[in-house]
Amino acid sequence: MKVKYFAWVRERIGKAEETIEPPADVHTVDDLIAWLSSRDEGYAHAFEKPKVIRAAIDHTHVRPDAAISGAREIAFFPPMTGG
Amino acid sequence: MTAPLTIRIQRDDFDVAREIAALSQGRTDIGAVVTFSGICRGTEGGDDIAALTLEHYPGMAEAEIRRHADEAMSRWPLQGLTVIHRFGRITPGENIVLVVTASQHRQAAFEAAEFLMDYLKTSAPFWKQEEGAKGKGWIEARAHDDAAAARWTKS
Repeated sequence: MKVKYFAWVRERIGKAEETIEPPADVHTVDDLIAWLSSRDEGYAHAFEKPKVIRAAIDHTHVRPDAAISGAREIAFFPPMTGG
Repeated sequence: MTAPLTIRIQRDDFDVAREIAALSQGRTDIGAVVTFSGICRGTEGGDDIAALTLEHYPGMAEAEIRRHADEAMSRWPLQGLTVIHRFGRITPGENIVLVVTASQHRQAAFEAAEFLMDYLKTSAPFWKQEEGAKGKGWIEARAHDDAAAARWTKS
């Protein structure tokens, strides 16, 4: 699946997007955050406060307990500040 | 007839008068047009800023605005709706966002414009980075914006 990062989440991870293949025991958005955080310091820094992080699956906002199976694109970003 | 809906995410500036005309010209069914323009301030949190840079999530930004525009159209009797949101580097005094609502009577146009702005602030995937004397920094979301959006939730 494709993963995209925005704003300071993107800056801390050091890339805007990537393709990942998480292990089978990663079921939810929360699981994915934990798995990504274990990869290196950049991810750990980006996700150090998981409650602040917002997620979207296929362009729709989702909660942390949302299932990721079947997702084509998952995005992680800080709370929005547009308008 | 379905009311015309225009959503644009663009780097370029927009012309408010032209957008009003595009929505209302040649029509006699519209009795009220409300516009909201969001403009880049020269200060943020008391500090002078040189510019804002708006990052967005292409694809989702359009989709999220469309979802709220559709909800606005179903909640209020609108005759037309235009939402334009800019991205990229924007300097103080420049436009950031525009909402234009048209209806037969003013209340629907006022309420729908406010509803859309409250949701644009909290759920459209845009992020502002400020450039100031201390360097660059991401602007933090404000709790009162969440509260403003929450009051439109039907209980």
